[in-house]
Amino acid sequence: MQLDQVCFRTMHLDQPWSMESYRSVGGYQMLEKILREKTRQETIIEIIKNSALRGRGGAGFPTGLKWSFMPRRMPGDKYIVCNSDEGEPGTCKDRDIIRFNPHQVIEGMIIAGYTIGAQRGYNYIRGEFFEPIERFEQALIEAREAGYLGKNILNSGFNFELFCHPGAGAYICGEETALLESLEGKKGQPRYKPPFPAGYGLYGRPTTVNNTETLASVPVILQHGADWFHELGTPNNGGQKIFCMSGHVNKPGNYEVPLGMPFAELLELAGGVRNGNKLKAVIPGGSSTPVVPADVMMQTAMSYDGIGKAGSMLGAGSVIVMDETTCMVKALERIAYFYYEESCGQCTPCREGTGWLYRVIKRIEDGQGRQEDLDRLIDVANNINGNTICALGDAAAAPVISFIKHFRDEFQYHIDHKCCLVSEPELKLNYG
Amino acid sequence: MTTALQLTGHRDQLFNQVIRQQLDSWISKYPPGQSQSAVIPALHILQDSHDGWLSEGLMRALADYLEIPAISVFEVATFYTMFELKPVGKHKISVCTNISCLLCGSEEIANHLQKRLGIGFGQTTADGKFTLKEVECLGACVGAPMLLLDRQYHEHLTPDKVDALLGEVK
Ligand SMILES: Cc1cc2nc3c(=O)[nH]c(=O)nc-3n(C[C@H](O)[C@H](O)[C@H](O)COP(=O)(O)O)c2cc1C
Ligand code: FES
Repeated sequence: MQLDQVCFRTMHLDQPWSMESYRSVGGYQMLEKILREKTRQETIIEIIKNSALRGRGGAGFPTGLKWSFMPRRMPGDKYIVCNSDEGEPGTCKDRDIIRFNPHQVIEGMIIAGYTIGAQRGYNYIRGEFFEPIERFEQALIEAREAGYLGKNILNSGFNFELFCHPGAGAYICGEETALLESLEGKKGQPRYKPPFPAGYGLYGRPTTVNNTETLASVPVILQHGADWFHELGTPNNGGQKIFCMSGHVNKPGNYEVPLGMPFAELLELAGGVRNGNKLKAVIPGGSSTPVVPADVMMQTAMSYDGIGKAGSMLGAGSVIVMDETTCMVKALERIAYFYYEESCGQCTPCREGTGWLYRVIKRIEDGQGRQEDLDRLIDVANNINGNTICALGDAAAAPVISFIKHFRDEFQYHIDHKCCLVSEPELKLNYG
Repeated sequence: MTTALQLTGHRDQLFNQVIRQQLDSWISKYPPGQSQSAVIPALHILQDSHDGWLSEGLMRALADYLEIPAISVFEVATFYTMFELKPVGKHKISVCTNISCLLCGSEEIANHLQKRLGIGFGQTTADGKFTLKEVECLGACVGAPMLLLDRQYHEHLTPDKVDALLGEVK
């Protein structure tokens, strides 16, 4: 099986980020072909639909379908925006795509712009990504020099400008409407949906927001065909996908593998669980996705549908591996703190609820938990779920509900004994 | 100490020429009438040329320069964690303590740093050399535990690596 077929396809080359490296794998050929042949927009959308490419930013929405929502013939400004805000704990793939293959993001964005009728694009990259931002800016200069950006690109009559825009530290700006607010120079507070960005986006104009990995997949799909891409994965789950393997594995790293690969195989690629320890649980798609116990995870296929069946979500492909030494109360406390810290404060259930969740979990972890606390946590989580403008509320609730569902004994032990189950080896339970 | 920036007066005189050029280049990346979009990049530029923090005068001058209300700049500066509203040390160390880093020993790294520098999170060493911050996931989870020193990521940290790193900083 070949890895690194899509976004990491330059990875084996010297200076994988250079224009030369990118061209050597067929880079910019598709853009040139489309502009030369004036490929119909409908045709491109059809190919992307048939490839079964689904959004890599977390929600897994079919990309071809999203593009088809754009009123592409409507006169006036329209925008393509790349979401490189990458802030969901466990997620670190877009950083590497931009560092190692920035031109593919650029080509994907230009093709997307052409397809949805946008003449301007922005790549919103989180502010802490100094090195990736520099790489991307450098690649933009090269692309401009090569004539792929600007007016009348390659004499096709198509105009397209592309810029990089830095964030400044706010997880919420990964949410697409908060990102648009931030790009307009405001606080990152999500907007009500509807209207969706395709109708009312950046500066109130039709806009498509896609994740970095999604956009970088586009040139490869067009180059090798929808069927080729689809068959890399499984039905309805096209392509390869980057999984960020972090936590208790021997070889943490970003692995671009076929969707549908059994988790057990992916774990092996990442060197297995550290020190030969037993696997306890896995958060398969980033900290906002429900935790899955080891035995279920070992039977799970790494696709949108496979992980869905296991009761969780593929999310951004951020696989957080936890071995038998992990205290689930402490892990959840840290995750809860994150959502409390990052709630933008706009909706009361999220602003207040995330604080409640964190404080109650913290007191359980500190040995001050009360008997009623577990039910209280579930109650608070349920009151956030579905009651907020954006999905940060749901993201805060899901870990709490799933951790307690699968590891209730461990939480109960903390409350009863005012101490941790896993730090007392003789009492260690076998979670297999 | 960096050279003082011009913070009052006519728009054409604000900051200094180099900064005005940088700001204008950012403003030109957005459609006409959308100069507010340049607030975040502009605040980064101003913070970098003002010892790593934003004063009220600086923010007001930026509002004048972008021709937007001062409150619009304050709102942004206070919302995003990378902006410092008080003086900071010469170097900023941001340690990630989020879940992947926690699983890989960020507590040890954080404790070690606090001991070595003799300060807690959110504090600056007495000599003004370092400010230490605890931050949320910085998107380098497969390199956990990690920290950001000024503009550079450092991954797969151990206490020894932290010592070596601190030793190299001027
Ligand atoms: C709180 C929150 C944070 C998010 N963070 C990101 C992010 O960092 N990167 C990203 O691509 N999508 C993120 N998303 C999802 C975006 O809202 C959006 O669905 C995505 O960018 C669409 O691109 P895609 O269809 O290509 O996946 C986030 C969503 C929420 C609710
Ligand atoms: S959890 Fe530390 S960088 Fe992501």
